[in-house]
Amino acid sequence: VIRCKSSPVVPTRHSDIDILVIRENTEGEYSSLEHESVPGVVESLKGEISSGKYELNFMLFTLFSVITRAKSLKIARFAFEIAKHADRKKVTAVHKANIMKLSDGLFIECCREIAAEYPDIKFDTMIVDNTCMQLVNRPTQFDVMVMPNLYGNIVSNVCAGLVGGSGFVAGSNYGDHFAVFEQGTRNTGLGIAGRNIANPSGILFAAANMLKYLGLDQHCSAIKNAVLNTIQEHKIKTPDIGGTSTTTQFVECVLNEIIKLTPSIGFNYEMQKATHAFRFKDID
Amino acid sequence: MTSILFRRVQPNIIGTLLRKNVEQIRSLSSIPNTAEKISESHKYHVTVVPGDGVGPELMLCVREVFNAVGAPIEFDELLASELMPGRSSSLADIVASFKRNRVGMKGILTTPAISEGGDLMSLNMKIRRALDLYANVVRIKTVPGLKLRHQNIDFIVIREQTEGEYSALEHESVHGVVESLKITTYENSRRIAKFAFDFATKFNRKKITAVHKANIMKLGDGLFLESCREVATLYPNIKLETMIVDNTCMQLVSKPQQFDVLVAPNLYGNIVSNLAAGLVGGAGMVPGESYSTDVAIFEPGARHPFLTGAGRNIANPTAMLLCGVNLLQYLHLDGMAQKIENAIATVIKQQKIKTRDIGGYATQQDFLRSVLQQLEY
Repeated sequence: VIRCKSSPVVPTRHSDIDILVIRENTEGEYSSLEHESVPGVVESLKGEISSGKYELNFMLFTLFSVITRAKSLKIARFAFEIAKHADRKKVTAVHKANIMKLSDGLFIECCREIAAEYPDIKFDTMIVDNTCMQLVNRPTQFDVMVMPNLYGNIVSNVCAGLVGGSGFVAGSNYGDHFAVFEQGTRNTGLGIAGRNIANPSGILFAAANMLKYLGLDQHCSAIKNAVLNTIQEHKIKTPDIGGTSTTTQFVECVLNEIIKLTPSIGFNYEMQKATHAFRFKDID
Repeated sequence: MTSILFRRVQPNIIGTLLRKNVEQIRSLSSIPNTAEKISESHKYHVTVVPGDGVGPELMLCVREVFNAVGAPIEFDELLASELMPGRSSSLADIVASFKRNRVGMKGILTTPAISEGGDLMSLNMKIRRALDLYANVVRIKTVPGLKLRHQNIDFIVIREQTEGEYSALEHESVHGVVESLKITTYENSRRIAKFAFDFATKFNRKKITAVHKANIMKLGDGLFLESCREVATLYPNIKLETMIVDNTCMQLVSKPQQFDVLVAPNLYGNIVSNLAAGLVGGAGMVPGESYSTDVAIFEPGARHPFLTGAGRNIANPTAMLLCGVNLLQYLHLDGMAQKIENAIATVIKQQKIKTRDIGGYATQQDFLRSVLQQLEY
């Protein structure tokens, strides 16, 4: 789940974006079922590939992209539950069912089934290439987006780029038993490692989300407000959002802000137990 | 369960060249040699498939503009549609016509959700496979006069068009579990890489960015990348860089000026070219071309048939008109092509007549009239 919200303090070309991107995380094109076909397999596939001018010792690789009904139902259910609890009005399913008729067709069918149980929330579908074009031209039309793995990767990166870049967006991964919080766009930033210029906002937001998931709401909002104040009031920005500060300066300022914001709570270093189970409305 | 042999065969370029005969080497080269193949008769015959949605009315616009400049083009029109399979010409007729004329213009064919006979391969894919249209080129360039969020964009997206995720090999092995196959071959990867480098050389481009997802699809996209790197050694003047597709999309949205030529496999190319089209004004502004070794087909770059706009006189004809311009340039009728292009550029720059998708109120006919008016000067 990646929430992309344009904040007025970061210079972007679009304003008023508030999109929740929900991406299936375990199957689809990332199934790791790849192999190099041996001549025997090639022969049997040749009948189906109508080109037919292959030689026997070329290299052919096939990738299995697996879509299952059970997981599609699950991710669709997740998307609609979040939409309901966060008072979102519309869910858009992103697919390429005109080409992958069976697999994405199955995904869409599952989404429609679940959509029937939520009559208040509008559901529509959009092909992934059109989605990308609309995201670039009019991103305000999107509310919640749900999609399989590969399109989710691409679309979430596009949305992150729209609101300020990979340093600014937090992502959360939810499963039945575990939750993992990370940066929204999964770029390792090898080029800027060790140079003290990376933007820590993304990972700080992710950490704040984790605290909220554990039930520590006040700590979460303290961290988030501290980061936003740092950028807005103190104008300390790292190079990727147009400033010149270093990471350490940024973090120092965030720490000062936290101290300012939390005299009433105080720092309680005891590890607190989760006060409640995972609630859908805690997604942020 | 058959055992899978993992053997890494290092592709040997010299060996490959020796193994294939001259005919196949020529078929690996990219831009078809037009000088000997276009007939010398006075009128050039061009196959036209109007397509669905707003395609037919846009083709009429192209015809009018061609008449106005006096282009010696004869249209061989063929109706093809997956929405009306009864009235559509057969695949064999379409393919024969394209092969005979060697150039064509195509509107966008819609792929319906359910096709007759439960076929998994769309009509578009069948045409592309039959003609072996392996390369799709979309030129992305900002046009002065439009209010865009990014300026100074000028790059080309080259997309492999016959294999990859669009192989139409899907099956339901167990109820509730669907598998779809993505095919990557050495031949096609090398062919599209060579096309990209030749194209870049022809148009004086300095940098090619290969778009991939090889960190996840290690073998398939890894093969694509290896082919690109192999071909890159033959072109020392052009820099090759690689970028993962999600990073590419983010860069396209924040800093598109850094790109020069992008080469991508099928699905990523589709997404990237549509995203790029959105950056410069949308599906109504961007022309595209599809090449095989014998045939060149000109169609809009972002493939949306705009079904809801059919017959309402609101579609933007710029994309189709620019396809016509590219067609004339391909046939070496450069003077006429330049005239039409200047007329369109002038109309857009003046910003008085703009269709709805680029922020104005004019109708399609208004735009066409003003382009024709410019052509008379």
